[in-house]
Amino acid sequence: MSETIFVAGTGVISAIGNNISECLDALKNSRTGIKHMQRLDSVHKNKFPVAEVNLDNESLESLTGLSSLKSRTALLSLVAAKEALYNAGIENFDNLRTGFVSANSVGGMDKSEFFFTEYFKNNQKGRLCNVVNHECGSITELVAYQLGIKDYVTTISTACSSSANAIFFGARLIKNNILDVVIAGGADSLTKFTLNGFNTLMILDEQFCQPFDENRRGLNLGEGAGYVVLVSEKVANTLNKSPFIKLSGYCNANDAYHQTASSPDGNGSFLAMSGALKKSGLKPEDINYINLHGTGTQNNDIAEGSAIKRLFSPIYPKMSSTKAFTGHTLGASGGIEAVFSILAIQEGIVYPNLRLQTQMKELPFLPEPNFLQNLNIKHVLSNSFGFGGNCSSLIFSKI
Amino acid sequence: MDNLLLELKKQIIAQLNLQDIKPEDISDDLPLFAEGLGLDSIDALELIVLLQQYYKIKLTNADDGPKVFRTVKTMAEYIENHQTDK
Amino acid sequence: MILDLNITSSCLIKKDSVYLNGKKLFSYLDTASTNFLLSAYRFFEMNYPKFYKMDNLCKLGWLASEILLKESFVKDKYVPEEIGVVLLNKNSSLNTDLKFYQTINEIPSPSLFVYTLPNIVIGEICIRNNFKGETAFFIFKKFNSEFIQQYVNNLFNNNILQACICGWVEFMDDDYKAVLLLIEKDKSSISKPFTIFNINKMYH
Repeated sequence: MSETIFVAGTGVISAIGNNISECLDALKNSRTGIKHMQRLDSVHKNKFPVAEVNLDNESLESLTGLSSLKSRTALLSLVAAKEALYNAGIENFDNLRTGFVSANSVGGMDKSEFFFTEYFKNNQKGRLCNVVNHECGSITELVAYQLGIKDYVTTISTACSSSANAIFFGARLIKNNILDVVIAGGADSLTKFTLNGFNTLMILDEQFCQPFDENRRGLNLGEGAGYVVLVSEKVANTLNKSPFIKLSGYCNANDAYHQTASSPDGNGSFLAMSGALKKSGLKPEDINYINLHGTGTQNNDIAEGSAIKRLFSPIYPKMSSTKAFTGHTLGASGGIEAVFSILAIQEGIVYPNLRLQTQMKELPFLPEPNFLQNLNIKHVLSNSFGFGGNCSSLIFSKI
Repeated sequence: MDNLLLELKKQIIAQLNLQDIKPEDISDDLPLFAEGLGLDSIDALELIVLLQQYYKIKLTNADDGPKVFRTVKTMAEYIENHQTDK
Repeated sequence: MILDLNITSSCLIKKDSVYLNGKKLFSYLDTASTNFLLSAYRFFEMNYPKFYKMDNLCKLGWLASEILLKESFVKDKYVPEEIGVVLLNKNSSLNTDLKFYQTINEIPSPSLFVYTLPNIVIGEICIRNNFKGETAFFIFKKFNSEFIQQYVNNLFNNNILQACICGWVEFMDDDYKAVLLLIEKDKSSISKPFTIFNINKMYH
């Protein structure tokens, strides 16, 4: 039984870069990935900016070896999971029980949309191979097969907190001596389904989003994937490098307020953050940086902000929402932001909350508007809150 | 106007699945949200769909919602004003 | 320390019938599953107008949770943060995904979109009962009693939960089934040990 859960490697793909170093470069240089819609074929093309990964499915195929006929969700997932595994540098998996815990919320919807366009016109048309991987679990299995992972494969789907939950579920599998290594995180691709859906909720921003700004108007959708490789102490000791980050705290709580809206005072967010702190044995003042959920909607930012005020007042850590870079990547966001949180510790940096202009009048603090470096970041809190009231917080710490 | 009010009440009940409620339970001035009929934010979005579907009126600014959807009467007034515009 | 947990209540909804702790309380023969859910709601004299707005997965899960908790559960024994929900199914929210998809070409429905996630059923149960503990929704090819037992045990052993609703809620067209179990530490006159054997018995 391993009490400490170590992070051995990370991998990411998002609109700001196809790997860790590209993303890091964009984050350091305040380069957003939100743009005019290019890849998605939508009637809202000229209305809503989005954050699309800068590679088409054919390029993703040549990067991964997985057919471009498979869902983009699986292609993105495989890119980031492979990078995470490579970075972990585990040389011999022969005697290790290895798992893949991956989250997503759209599954193979991108391909299903192709299918139905033809099928609705003529029910003899449409290629069935486009729908066989529709369901969320199928994406995970496709990727697990490519990675050669067989011991334990599962999917978690709890909306926008999915991949944060996947990460701490992975940690529990190691803690309970069920596995030695877990690749945990999530992926989602941008689809018409989600774009239209969020549009019906009237929470999409027609301009570039401004999380935690008094004049915020909503969110921009994004796509991508992010994974961490979690290992037990036994495995960590065999690695050539010493992994110096651990997952020190995590908690999930339910807001119990509304199907999609957060409670005004952010009860669920408060419970998730304070639960993660309790688990880690840390005090609020120990946290150096918060990677906010910060979607840019009226409702999320006031709920999350109020919960932070209640927990941290009067001394606030640095904080920012990287969704101003990557858009809201839904089921992938917890994974991508976990990777960014770990990078913040490794590099000693804090990311800017882009386009921040006016402090929210209800909050006594402002997220960090500038890129900061040469800091000693020891503990980072990463928030992921989802529809269904599903709120999760993770804490990563320097060892 | 009376016809429109009754029509709207029936449409609201159907659109929002308010199966235990009858048109006569909704007075013209009953607040639709919170302490009145108790509708929530998703219901508000469905009301926007309703306006579009039955009256071809597109409410693009969500901030107008609270004013327009305060009561059945304010909704009816909004519909009348916007239909005579055309 | 490994705790001995107990199933203090169980609710099974399948093939047009509702069972509480093994006893059939209601049955209604109708080919359409939605009629069945509505008549069960009326039979148990439930008064929760939000029910009508839910999608079928939520209606099924919510109904099962109401029946599960109606006799023996003393909510006040616990604080809200200690009560959690862990659910599994096979087809996620596919039934509603397809319905939403059919509205996309005209005016997409916001209230359908809300239900295109499986964990909303957990949200509905939590909203109704003010449960604020850990919740999770897992997708499995088939009912997995080993997983439920292991996962819920872990939540109790690590002091994360003191009470938990767990089980299976699946709805796809007219094929539906819900099996919910209430897990607590204390025994009762009707409780059964929370073992894989007993979980399986309640599913079938």
